[in-house]
Amino acid sequence: MTTTTAMVLLILGCALVTWLPRIIPFVVVRNIKMPDVVLRWLAYIPVGILSALVIEGLFDTEGEYVAIDWMSMAALIPTLLIAVWTKSLSKTVVAGVVTMAALRYIF
Amino acid sequence: MTSQVEITKIPDTFWQGVRDCIPTLLGYISIGLAFGVVGIASNISVLEIFLLSVLVYAGSAQFIFCGLYVAGAPVSAVIITIFVVNLRHFLMSLTIAPYFTRYSTLRNIGFGTLLTDETFGVAVATSGKEGRLGGRWMDGLNVTAYSAWILSCTIGGVIGQWLPNPEKWGMDYALVAMFIALLVLTLGNVPKTKLMHYIKLIGCLAVIMYVLLYFVPGHVAVLIATMTMATIGVVTEK
Repeated sequence: MTTTTAMVLLILGCALVTWLPRIIPFVVVRNIKMPDVVLRWLAYIPVGILSALVIEGLFDTEGEYVAIDWMSMAALIPTLLIAVWTKSLSKTVVAGVVTMAALRYIF
Repeated sequence: MTSQVEITKIPDTFWQGVRDCIPTLLGYISIGLAFGVVGIASNISVLEIFLLSVLVYAGSAQFIFCGLYVAGAPVSAVIITIFVVNLRHFLMSLTIAPYFTRYSTLRNIGFGTLLTDETFGVAVATSGKEGRLGGRWMDGLNVTAYSAWILSCTIGGVIGQWLPNPEKWGMDYALVAMFIALLVLTLGNVPKTKLMHYIKLIGCLAVIMYVLLYFVPGHVAVLIATMTMATIGVVTEK
């Protein structure tokens, strides 16, 4: 498996929108000042996005009603505890994967 | 930032930058390897993993890319989400760019292009101690981090190919587990006095997400819910 033109264009698009916010301040910083309210709004974005992505995985939207995906909910708790306890990305990922594999093996 | 009189303790050399990057390398390597494995589990090829790490060079954005790609999100949703996720780099660049105004625009574009959460962290800590930052030092720091990232992502992808039937082993959950870890680490940097505010906001976010999921696909819900939460956050903070 290699890649497709569509995929390369998608990656280039993503590259452009990650590159611009990184370099614009370096190019024009000499005399701009962001409004305080914008800075405060931006400060909530990382926690918001990450929480939303975690929460999205907890819901099952296949049926008529939006339901809780109990398997993901069950795996969330030990994974969250390991994350808080170890503060380590790699340990959390291993713990999450092992928990999910165990849950799928049992049920 | 202006008229520094103190003597710089850290020499402005490329190698000093490399040395100062070493403590952060374990982080790049572990996330990079995890990304490679997750990428393969998300049906992204090793070549695409390599291209993402070279061109996008942002851990959380690359993971989100996989999540959206697996979910079959349209191109516009992927690009807008990646843009919003990486807007935090704008804040970071804004914070350290004033230290480099004596360098050419081209050098400054170089510093900005290779800025990450970790190199930002090291640069901010160093500027706090030294009162200034050197260009050669910054290049050493950035290039070391960039090389480690590309290498670990690609090796992770190669390892991921050896793992047969990743879903059975719970590998698909690596992505969610990574987001949980990143969330916990990000919350760990929130001042203690604001933590309760953030936790309440996450509660609001869960409710907003639940309602939105009746009307829009997941990736759109993520975007709308996040921006709504940030707005509620600004309005309700003391």
